[in-house]
Amino acid sequence: MKDRLQNWLPRLVVAPSFLLVLLFVYGFILYTAYLSMTNSRMLPSSEWVGFANYTKLFKLRSWDTALKNLAIFGILYIVICSALGLFLAILLDQKIRAEGVIRPIYLYPMALSFIVTGTAWKWFLDPGIGIENTMHAWGWESFHFDWIKNRSFAIYTVVMAAVWQSSGFVMAMFLAGLRGVDNEIIKAAQIDGASGFRIYRRIIIPLMRPVFLSAFVVLAHLAIKAYDLVIALTGGGPGRATELPATFMYSYTFTRNQMGIGASSAIIMLIMIFSIIIPYVYSETKNGENR
Amino acid sequence: MSGVSQDNAVTGNRLTRALIYTVLIFFVIYYLLPLYVMVVNSLKPLDEIRGGNLMALPQNWSLQPWRDAWSAAQIGVEPTGLKPYFANSFKIVVPAVILSTIVGALNGYVLTKCRFRGANVVFALLLLSCFIPFQIVLIPAARILGLLGIAGTIKGLILIHFVYGIGFSTLFFRNYYAAFPTELIGAAQIDGATFFQIFTRILLPNSGPIIVVTVIWQFTNQWNDFLFGASFSGFDSTPMTVALNNLVNSSTGVKEYNVHFAGAILAALPTLFVYVVSGRYFVRGLMAGAVKG
Repeated sequence: MKDRLQNWLPRLVVAPSFLLVLLFVYGFILYTAYLSMTNSRMLPSSEWVGFANYTKLFKLRSWDTALKNLAIFGILYIVICSALGLFLAILLDQKIRAEGVIRPIYLYPMALSFIVTGTAWKWFLDPGIGIENTMHAWGWESFHFDWIKNRSFAIYTVVMAAVWQSSGFVMAMFLAGLRGVDNEIIKAAQIDGASGFRIYRRIIIPLMRPVFLSAFVVLAHLAIKAYDLVIALTGGGPGRATELPATFMYSYTFTRNQMGIGASSAIIMLIMIFSIIIPYVYSETKNGENR
Repeated sequence: MSGVSQDNAVTGNRLTRALIYTVLIFFVIYYLLPLYVMVVNSLKPLDEIRGGNLMALPQNWSLQPWRDAWSAAQIGVEPTGLKPYFANSFKIVVPAVILSTIVGALNGYVLTKCRFRGANVVFALLLLSCFIPFQIVLIPAARILGLLGIAGTIKGLILIHFVYGIGFSTLFFRNYYAAFPTELIGAAQIDGATFFQIFTRILLPNSGPIIVVTVIWQFTNQWNDFLFGASFSGFDSTPMTVALNNLVNSSTGVKEYNVHFAGAILAALPTLFVYVVSGRYFVRGLMAGAVKG
């Protein structure tokens, strides 16, 4: 009797988590998928409309804006964070004396809430009191920087704040990668007379491929989820200029009472994330087993 | 972290070294600048910000913005300051962190040391749940909280943070326990140790670092959460991030930048404190969360 209990205990222990996650994650995904095929407005409805919400969604101009903004934001965010992260990691890997002081400073923004980051940058970039005003006070009268109020450029201010927040983290990932490079390879190259710059370009940076991949996955998934930062920095504005899928979903579902369309936009977000995460997790776990 | 890698360094002359240090210091300034702006301007009277220079040190130092942000600023209807919301965040985050850490530790134990059929499926589902965009669960979660009668309450938010924290906690503990020698556990079983004795006497005493990593990760994520707070909190359960955003973005009339900056620092203090005290573990959590299943 006792033995049988001991046999079942492990399953009993994971069962509650398993059931909770099954309901709160997978059950909820199915329910949202179901809602996306109904004509739910303010409240969930059971009237089936098939893929009509999706057709409507892709005809909406604000969804179009959200996707275009996500493309701009996502690409710049990923490229700049990776480039800056790698660059800083390489510099920090040159036997820097104060590394112990510099590294934590590069990384601390990751501990902050996006709302805090958004608030700081919102006023820092504000033409009235921020950087423009400061430059004028310092005597550079013609300095002009109003991107945060400018429909065509506001999305780039979101990139600036997001890069500030995440690039230090990418730096830490690359630094860990650089520290794992086998010294023998580098020594051999040095004996062959390769210069420092060439060693980096030809040997070390190509070795960083797995880190580039991890950084890409992390940053891409953060970009698709990006919500708080936009809310705090621009509120999605001016007008609709910094709308992203996440802000679109929230406003259509909760303030514009178009729950069916909101649900279909959430499903599109899920598809985007899963198409990045699932292959990655699959290959990572497979590699782990082979090792 | 050091020692082995020393040979990566480009052996350059003094000029290159000077250049490297210059660039590194430039970026130190870049990362510190927003924090500097927040601190400096939270200590100025309002007219100094409006008429003056965001970079300048205060001429008349003042703690009034901090007092206002903490206990007098108008947030929503009441001029309560951020104090009650700060307390709300703690009331939500502390139980949720404890719960998801304990459950994650148990799951990690079971998934690595008691192989049973379907364990891989359970883990795959838990792992994938870490990465979903939470927009996908907002509508049904709001309904469930309503059905349970805990919509807009602290309890409701604890439940939500706990449930969506299980995945990462399990991931952390599973990866940690996977490296723990299974022979030790087998030996204990032969000696007659029960399931829970093995956990409390053998695994837990050796789990110090991973407990710290998990607690820090969960605390930082849950404290910084905005989406769940904005969606599911009510009148007296609003967390700090949502209150800060209300303070900054919906204030009618005069924009009190200095109070906003003080409020932003208040909202950042707990996670910054954790980072300063245990940065090493914070980074380990980030890395573990970023890579590997």
